[in-house]
Amino acid sequence: MLEIANLIKRYGQDEPVLKGLDLVVEDNSVVAIVGASGAGKSTMLRCINRLVEPSSGSIRLNGTELVALRGAALRRARRKIGMVFQGFNLIDRLTVMENVLAGRLGYVSLFQAVTRRFPAEDIDRAFALMERVGIAHYANKRADELSGGERQRVGVVRALMQEPEVLLADEPTASLDPRTSEQIMMLLQSLASELSLPVLINIHNVAQAKAYTERIVGLRHGTMIFDGVPAEFDKAALEAIYGGIEAPDDELTAAPAGIASGEES
Amino acid sequence: MTRPERAARTWRKPPFIANPLLRYGLLMGLVAYLVWAFGSLPFNWERIGEGLPRAGRIFGGGFPPSFERYDLLLTGFKESLQIAVLATLLGVMLSVPFAVMAARNISPMPVYLLGRAVIIVSRSFHPVIVAILFVAAVGFGPLAGVLTLTLYSIGFVGKLLAEEIEEIDWGQVEAIRAAGGGFLVTLVYAVFPQVLPRQVGLSMYQLDSNLRASAVVGIVGAGGIGGTLMNAFGRYDYAFAFAILLVIIAVILVSEGVSGWVRKRIW
Amino acid sequence: MVEQDEALAARVWRRYDRRERLIRYGVLLATLMVVVWAVQDIDIFWPWVWDAPNQISSLGGRMWPPDPSRLGEILSAMLETVHIATLATMLTVLVALPVAYIAAQNTTPNRACLWLGRFILVASRSVNTIIWALLFVAIFGPGVLAGILAIMCRSIGFIGKLMGEAIEEIDRRPVEAMQATGASKLKVIAYAVVPQVMPAFFAIVILRWDINIRESTVLGLVGAGGIGVILQGAIDTFAWPTVATILIAIITLVLIGEAITGMLRGKVL
Repeated sequence: MLEIANLIKRYGQDEPVLKGLDLVVEDNSVVAIVGASGAGKSTMLRCINRLVEPSSGSIRLNGTELVALRGAALRRARRKIGMVFQGFNLIDRLTVMENVLAGRLGYVSLFQAVTRRFPAEDIDRAFALMERVGIAHYANKRADELSGGERQRVGVVRALMQEPEVLLADEPTASLDPRTSEQIMMLLQSLASELSLPVLINIHNVAQAKAYTERIVGLRHGTMIFDGVPAEFDKAALEAIYGGIEAPDDELTAAPAGIASGEES
Repeated sequence: MTRPERAARTWRKPPFIANPLLRYGLLMGLVAYLVWAFGSLPFNWERIGEGLPRAGRIFGGGFPPSFERYDLLLTGFKESLQIAVLATLLGVMLSVPFAVMAARNISPMPVYLLGRAVIIVSRSFHPVIVAILFVAAVGFGPLAGVLTLTLYSIGFVGKLLAEEIEEIDWGQVEAIRAAGGGFLVTLVYAVFPQVLPRQVGLSMYQLDSNLRASAVVGIVGAGGIGGTLMNAFGRYDYAFAFAILLVIIAVILVSEGVSGWVRKRIW
Repeated sequence: MVEQDEALAARVWRRYDRRERLIRYGVLLATLMVVVWAVQDIDIFWPWVWDAPNQISSLGGRMWPPDPSRLGEILSAMLETVHIATLATMLTVLVALPVAYIAAQNTTPNRACLWLGRFILVASRSVNTIIWALLFVAIFGPGVLAGILAIMCRSIGFIGKLMGEAIEEIDRRPVEAMQATGASKLKVIAYAVVPQVMPAFFAIVILRWDINIRESTVLGLVGAGGIGVILQGAIDTFAWPTVATILIAIITLVLIGEAITGMLRGKVL
């Protein structure tokens, strides 16, 4: 269970990016966080694994307070938080297998990490997960030889290698074409239920959010203004979150079949 | 989804060099080279053993650096600066014809080979070696320094300028030729405008580079601060030597900063 | 639209506007003045200048034909030169990498280390190899050790600076991903930084090796080993045909070095 209470983040003396967020995510649920760019989605996600330092507030994962952690304790906590990135954030010049095993870096010793002598069970798990998402035959290929969708699968497997207690996905489909992003969303959805893992997905495609998640949280200017099941997410909610902000309508509401909105950045 | 590796489930990082024979061969070769190189080099261990006390004496004598003979220091630097300025001017001007000669796209083959040869020869020799030869030919003093650094500049600027000319937009050349321009007109109107901004930047870079080099050609007698430094070392006047070194470092830093600033402004 | 009309009204063609022209003339004038000062003030005996072509060609005449009788000695000195350059480059890597690590903004442990690293790089780069050699010959006596140390001291700044820049230019995103897995700083570097700077590393070391070959040919002139020792001896005894052989040997070595580095660069990149 992930509990966020009164989370505030401000950079310097500027207007806070997050203004006292409260959010509780039960185990085994997929939550979409929607909002325009700059609404604070990415900052919120990065506060959870402390890639961004929260200014104040509390974040508890299964009872452990994350905000106060330092050094080794922080790294131990991060092991339990998997993260999937918009740009995949793979190490291009290493093989797929090395990228996947990098998910175990928090567990193995420096010597094991440098010499690539990972424990047999890690390698076992890596192969099992790669087979699950269909990239096992790429194990010894360099990561930059893969296509976008395959690269994001590597990213997902890397996060799952951590044996996470929560999975964070920061715009996991924004760099993919519509068809591939559907596949990745489906993959995240089914993995969440297979591994009974809470998943937080930042996403700006509202249609995908409605199709693949059980709960939608809407952010605007660092404040939560919507929290409910996809069925409740109507035109009014959409207007409240995105109203007055320049964004093409079809990008937000494109049908999950993904005929429209072919954007691949 | 069943694959052969599924049964084994082991994984090793694929080695950097796939062929094991080559891999271990290279490793062995490296070790053998190190043993051979260290073994064959003549180290005079007794003399090296005296190094630490000597270093202590040198640094002890060198600190604090003495600026007492600042007039010598000033004269030396003035001469270095003059050498650098004149050599840069001559070098940058002379590099233009050589660069035109050494550009494959506008020069006929024999001229190209000649141009390349000049550039390769002047780049292959360290300025200090060239300086020693010029000192032997024209005697001690800044003349040898100017000649040395002129040659050095021709090599460096000429090479880069030739590469620049080889990469010009050919359309402009054709346009001028179509308008009836001869070789020189084409050069002036279609080639030089494309490479000139680069040439100005290169000159600034070369001035900086020549100033550095002018500090060392003096060591073999080609004028400038290097000679002053060499004399100070020769007379075991380490306090003055360190003072010269400090000033050299300061001048080089300033010159690098100025040259970088100017180049940034031009580009 | 109005602005355009105004611009069109003054239809006098000028290559540069007034301010630009002023700056241009100013720079030109200043350059001219510096040159005039340099020509007038420099300590050159002008008749020698007009005589220089004669002197140079006469020296060239005395060198011809090259005398190959001491070729064996020359070749072994060339080998020594290559050894100095190669060993010094290898040893430099061991020192330059930690310096690059602390001198790069994004990996340095703290501000003090950053400034220490930058100081080492600047000090190393500002002193020419041959001046380093002078210093080490004074300390350790004439010989190859002084040469190796001199080449090292100059190369540390070169390799360290370029490697530091390579580290600063890496893609930040894999670093973020590795941090998110709970990896310690050293593991993040091993996985996210090292693979990214590998190509730059090889290119820089190869480039420096090529430069070091050239630099090590002059070390001997101040007594720091290599071919320069023989060259100095031949010049001192006016053995010009031998000098010519040595020069040919140096040019050959430098060209071979360039060919090897070109080949390696093609392999690595």
